[in-house]
Amino acid sequence: MTASAEVLAPSRLRRGASRTGFKIFVDAAFAALLFMGTIVGVIALATLIWTIFDQGWERLVADPAGFLSNYVSRLPARAGIRAALVGSAYLMVLTALFTFPVGVGAAIYLEEFAPRNRVTNFVEANIANLAGVPSVVYGLLGLGIFARFLRMGPSLLAGALTLTVMSLPVVIVAAREAIRAVPEGIRLGAYALGATKWQTVSRQVLPAAMPGTLTGTILALSRAIGETAPLLVIGLPIVIFSLPNDLRDPVSALPLLIFDWTSRPQPAFAAAAAAASIILLALLLAMNAVAIFLRNRYTIRW
Amino acid sequence: MSSRPPRSSSPAGDRPPAGGDSPSIARQGKRTGERVIITALFTCAVLSVAVTVGIVAVLLVDTVSFFSQSGLVEFLTGTVWAPGAGAGEGGQYGMLPLLSGTLMIGVGSIVVGLPLGLLTAIYLSEYANPRVRGVLKPTLEILAGIPTVIVGFFALQFITPDLLRRIFGDDRVFIFNAAAGSIAVGLMILPIIASISEDAMRAVPSSLREAAFGLGASKRQVSLRVVVPAALSGISASVILAFSRAVGETMAVTIAAGNTPTMTWNYFESIQTLTASIAQTVRGEVAAGTVRYDALFALGMTLFLLTLVMNLVSARIVRRYRQVYS
Repeated sequence: MTASAEVLAPSRLRRGASRTGFKIFVDAAFAALLFMGTIVGVIALATLIWTIFDQGWERLVADPAGFLSNYVSRLPARAGIRAALVGSAYLMVLTALFTFPVGVGAAIYLEEFAPRNRVTNFVEANIANLAGVPSVVYGLLGLGIFARFLRMGPSLLAGALTLTVMSLPVVIVAAREAIRAVPEGIRLGAYALGATKWQTVSRQVLPAAMPGTLTGTILALSRAIGETAPLLVIGLPIVIFSLPNDLRDPVSALPLLIFDWTSRPQPAFAAAAAAASIILLALLLAMNAVAIFLRNRYTIRW
Repeated sequence: MSSRPPRSSSPAGDRPPAGGDSPSIARQGKRTGERVIITALFTCAVLSVAVTVGIVAVLLVDTVSFFSQSGLVEFLTGTVWAPGAGAGEGGQYGMLPLLSGTLMIGVGSIVVGLPLGLLTAIYLSEYANPRVRGVLKPTLEILAGIPTVIVGFFALQFITPDLLRRIFGDDRVFIFNAAAGSIAVGLMILPIIASISEDAMRAVPSSLREAAFGLGASKRQVSLRVVVPAALSGISASVILAFSRAVGETMAVTIAAGNTPTMTWNYFESIQTLTASIAQTVRGEVAAGTVRYDALFALGMTLFLLTLVMNLVSARIVRRYRQVYS
């Protein structure tokens, strides 16, 4: 409050008022500057998408079936994304299976059951901090614990677990917000009908919080599926000519392949990287569309 | 579930004998079941603590092993990062070139992202009508959601050749350069700065704005002299958080900013960040137990501590400014 009083010192305003024309000009210039600054981000996004399509579209439409169904190759024209695409899909499904129950369970505990004490505060502060840990550090965690200590090696399971620990804080935060948005009256109503705490939570609160929780989970997954660094660090392979049959089999992933092709000198591989980026972007866009659809279609407004 | 404990008969003596019997069994069973469920939920919540413990333990074990083979003083003050190529033999492990590379990207990306993010935040919070906001906010979310490897590709294939080299000349701008990495990371942190700063600005009570308007201030004066100062703590929190993200960013800087650990302040030269050094090391198979492998974790520890401190400071600032207005 005091800050604003100082800032609006009367002398300044009087000076401004005496030069009205100039002030109007400066105000208009400022508004224009704000708009231009805002538009830069939009232009950057448009340029990025244009660059990807400009470099990759031809490669993609030249042989779309081959691009999707071929394994990698030394020859850029024959190289395809089969192993990476399937690997990313497996990683996504497994990560979802691991993240969702644990994330929702933690959120339910923290919102509905946790006593207000030091342990709870510590757990909450801890989750907030985990959300800020760089993804490459999660990769080191995966390398040290899953790949080496638990002897999973660079496998599907190690990759999915690494992405799981990375996504968990995000899912917990989203689920907590969704649970918190369920009005207290719903819980009290259930109690009044004789429901126990768990009956109330499992049959009233959770279903009501599900759209928000699912939306948050899908968004967290779409971030996980675009991640390269953790998978690179745990050592998932890029050159691979088989699909996984088992949790312990090695898998590749789309972002890893894009990274590999990007860092090759031949321009034809850059085109392939751009084409694979189009597929990845399409995948993420589809996931975001599902999330937005869930949010708009099923969210209950209290 | 199966049998009713004998003790329940004594306190429940006033219950109706016939009808109240079976639900009481059911409820008794559910309570033990419920205790199991609550324990399971508690385990889920505590699992996150285990993740932290895991991170710290993993980093610590190999960091300690690293410092037993390579000196802590050399790591912190050495100006040459040249990991031994052989089986952990030789090599120089001075972290300063990587730290300076990381700082260059951090500072450079803030130079790009802060003005743009702040202009965007002021525009969205004070100027934009709801329909424009409804278009711009999701657009920024899309920008924030672009995988970093694709942003890196964009930096390498567009920012360097079509932007930097066209303006500054091919002979001055390296193919891999810190400027392209900074611009790429700057674009990634722009949405973070914009959205957190906008939240802080929208949290400024409208009575402050109305008072200023009542004194004859224009929209620009209200924005710059009332809203921005009042939201300053939130804005600084967003900047610290964005800096922390920039420091932890891996793929865009690995692809666009190069892999040359040098101490330079020339943004057109190739550099290497802490994260890029980790990425480069893991791309060539490193055997566990070698100094080079352990060095990964020492770098990871440095990164973890750097970002942790910044995130804590940022969270503290956010908590403080929340107390002011609500």
